[in-house]
Amino acid sequence: MAKGNVHIVVERCKACGFCVEFCPTKVLALSSVFNSKGYHPPHVVNPEKCSGCDLCGMYCPDFAIYGTRVVPVRGEK
Amino acid sequence: MKADPRGVLTGVHFIDGDHACCEGALAAGARFAAGYPITPSTEVVERFAARVPTVGGTFIQMEDELAASITLQGAVWGGAKAFTVTSGPGFSLMMEHIGYAAMTETPCVFVDVQRGGPSTGLPTLPAQADMMQARWGSHGDYEIIALCPNSPQECFDLTIKAFNLAEEFRVPVMFMMDEVVGHMTEKVVIPPADEIEVTPRRHTHKAVEDYLPYQTNGDMVPEMAHAGEGYRFHVTGLTHDERGYPNMTPQTQDKLVRRLQNKVRAATDRIAMFEEEQLEGADVVVVSYGITSRVAQRAIDVARERGMRVGKLRLITAWPFPENKIRELAAEVKAFVVPELNLGQMVREVERAADGRAKTYPVSHAGGGVHNPEEILRVIVEASRCR
Amino acid sequence: MPVKDVGLVDQGVVNPVEPFLRSDRMPHIWCPGCGIGTTVNCFARALIESKIDLQSLALVSGIGCTGRVAGYVKLDSFHTTHGRAIPFATGLKLANPKLNVVVYSGDGDLSAIGGNHLIHAARRNIDLKVICVNNLIYAMTGGQTAPTTPGHATTSTNPYGTFEPAFNLPHLVEAAGAVYVARWTTFHVRQLARSIGEAFQKKGFSFIEVISPCPTLYQRRNKMGDGLDTMKYYKEQSKTRHGAPTSEVGLTLKGEIIVGKFVDRDRPDYQTMMRAQYVEALGERFVEAPEMVCS
Repeated sequence: MAKGNVHIVVERCKACGFCVEFCPTKVLALSSVFNSKGYHPPHVVNPEKCSGCDLCGMYCPDFAIYGTRVVPVRGEK
Repeated sequence: MKADPRGVLTGVHFIDGDHACCEGALAAGARFAAGYPITPSTEVVERFAARVPTVGGTFIQMEDELAASITLQGAVWGGAKAFTVTSGPGFSLMMEHIGYAAMTETPCVFVDVQRGGPSTGLPTLPAQADMMQARWGSHGDYEIIALCPNSPQECFDLTIKAFNLAEEFRVPVMFMMDEVVGHMTEKVVIPPADEIEVTPRRHTHKAVEDYLPYQTNGDMVPEMAHAGEGYRFHVTGLTHDERGYPNMTPQTQDKLVRRLQNKVRAATDRIAMFEEEQLEGADVVVVSYGITSRVAQRAIDVARERGMRVGKLRLITAWPFPENKIRELAAEVKAFVVPELNLGQMVREVERAADGRAKTYPVSHAGGGVHNPEEILRVIVEASRCR
Repeated sequence: MPVKDVGLVDQGVVNPVEPFLRSDRMPHIWCPGCGIGTTVNCFARALIESKIDLQSLALVSGIGCTGRVAGYVKLDSFHTTHGRAIPFATGLKLANPKLNVVVYSGDGDLSAIGGNHLIHAARRNIDLKVICVNNLIYAMTGGQTAPTTPGHATTSTNPYGTFEPAFNLPHLVEAAGAVYVARWTTFHVRQLARSIGEAFQKKGFSFIEVISPCPTLYQRRNKMGDGLDTMKYYKEQSKTRHGAPTSEVGLTLKGEIIVGKFVDRDRPDYQTMMRAQYVEALGERFVEAPEMVCS
C-alpha cells in the first residue's frame, strides 16, 4: 500500500520535468499525451512507491502537481 | 470631517511659506513625509521632522527623490496621508512616480518649491518654470491637480486644500510654490481644528468578497482599501481591470485611461479656484499666479490710476486649467496679459482657451528674480491699445 | 497510459499552495523550466510552516519576470515601478508597523536600477524580507547583461561575452548591514523554505538570494541546456557552506555555487532606533504614531 498520492493538474503543466527528475522514489515519468498547450504532462508509473513527500509540489514551477500523504485508516497497521 | 487637533497649531504666527506649508500638511492630517534635501524646499520637511514625532507620525529622509516619491505612496497604501517636498531637479526625478500615483489612484501631495532651471539652474532663486512639467511630466495620458499659493497664509490654507482634493479624486496633487513664496515670512493665521474641514479617505465599507479595487460609481473615483485589512487586493502600474489585475488590451486601456482623465476633467469647474477683481467692463485682464500675481498687482494699480480698465484674474488652480473662465472672459475683453517667471507656459493655455476672441500678451521672465512691475505695466498699456 | 487531470482539488485534497495564489490568473506567464514558480512554492510553504497571519502580510514587487509574483499571490500585493519595490515597501512598513512586508523581485530590479535603495534599506535595517530571484540576466526584456551576469557569459547586449565584473549580492548586502543573508538555488527547495521561515523570525533587513534558471535567455544563449539541465547543474555544483565569508561566494559562469546561510546577526531595526531616539530626546512630548491613520 502506497504511503502517498500524487495529484496532477494537467492543464497547468509546462513539462519542465523537474518533478520526474527529483522525485526521490521515481514515481513519475513524462507521458506521451499532450495537454491543450501542447506539453507532455507527467503521469504516475510507480504509484506504490509514492511517499506523499510533496517534493514534486515544491519543485513544480507551474503549481501543477502536488503530493499528499495517505492518512492510515484507524485500526489498520 | 474636522481636522485632528493634534496636528493644528492654532494661533497667529510669523512664519515663511515653507513652514506654513508644513503646518498645512499637519493640519490636513498628513502624518508621513518622505523627502530628500533640496533648496529651496527643505525647510518644509525640516519643520515636519521636528514636529511630527510630537504629533504621532513619521518622517524619513530617503536616499534620493525617486525613493521619496514612492515611499510616500507605500505609506498611503499602509493607511497614512503622505506627501513629499522638492524643487526642480528633484521634481524631475519624481515624474515616474507621479505617473504611478495617477495610474494606481494613490491620493498624495507633491510640493514643488520652484527655482530657476533647466538642470541645477538657480538653486536659491525663484522661477515658475515647472508648470507644464507638473501637468505633463510623466509619460502617458493622465490628469493631475495643481495649486499655486501666493503667500505664506495660502501655503497653509491651500496645502490643506491640496490634501483634500487628493483624497476626493484619488490623484496626486502638485503644490506649486516658488522660492519667493517659500522663503517669504508673513503673518499666518491658523484657525482652531474644528474650523478646518478635512476630506477623509474614500475607504471602502464593502465586505471582502464584494470589493473590487477599481470598480467605480457615478463619480468615476474608486473606493480604497489599505494593506493589512484582509482585502488581499492587488495594485499595479500596468493597465488593469476593475479587479486591479493586469489586463493589457486596447479596450481596458481605453476604459481606464479615459476614466483617469475624465474624473478630473469633468470636475474642472468645481475644482477651479481663482481670485478675481474688476473683471466687469475690463478691457485687459491680467492673468497671473503665485508670486507673480503680487508683482502684477502693482502694475494693475498703476494702470488703473492712469485710467485703464484692467481686471485681475489670479489662478489658484493651475490644473485642471480653468478654461471655461478664460473662454467666457475672452468674449468680453480685448486682451489678456500673462506675466510669469518662465518663457511662456500658462500663457499657452490662456491663448488656447481664448481661441482668438481676445489677444494674448505674454510677459516672460527667465527666472532668478521677479518682474519689475514696469515691465508688466508696459504690456498692459500695449494690450489696452490693441483693437 | 492516460493522464488523469484532477483539476485543483482531488478527493477533497487541495494543492497546499493554492490558497496563496490568485488561481483565476493561472496559468502564469513564466516560461517552461523557469524557476520563479518554484520559489513561490517555497515561499508558500514557508508561510504555512511559520503560521504567519496572511492578513498581516503584504508583498511588494518591482518590474521584471520576478516582479510578476505580486500579481499571482493572494495577498495585499503591490506591483510597483522598476527598482522601487524597496522604497515602496519602506513606506508601507513605516505607516503600518504591524505588517509583515516582503519584497519579492529580481536581480536587475533590486541591484541595478534599485541598487541604491537596496543598500540604504540594509543600512537603515528596515524590517523587510527581501527575496531576490537571481537568474543572472534581464529576462523580461530579452536577455541583456545584468549587474549579476557572470564574466564571459553571452547576453544580447554582450554578444561577444560579458567582461564587466558582477555584483556578489550576499557580500554587498552584508557590507551594507543586512541582519540575515542566505543563498540557495531553485534546487534547494526545502532549504529555501526554511530560510524564508527564519527570515520571518528576524526583525530587520533580511535578504535571501535564489539562483534560478532562465532557460529561454540565459541558459540557451550560453549553451547550458534547458531548465532541467540547469537544475542538475545546481545539484552537482552547489556546495553548502553555512557561515561562509560572503567575500568568497561570488558566482562564475559554470563553476561551483556556494549556498547556505551566510549572515545571521542582530542589531536594532529602523523603527526601534527611531522610537528610542525620540523617547530619549523628547520624553513625554513624544507621541506614538497611530495605526491606520485615515481609516
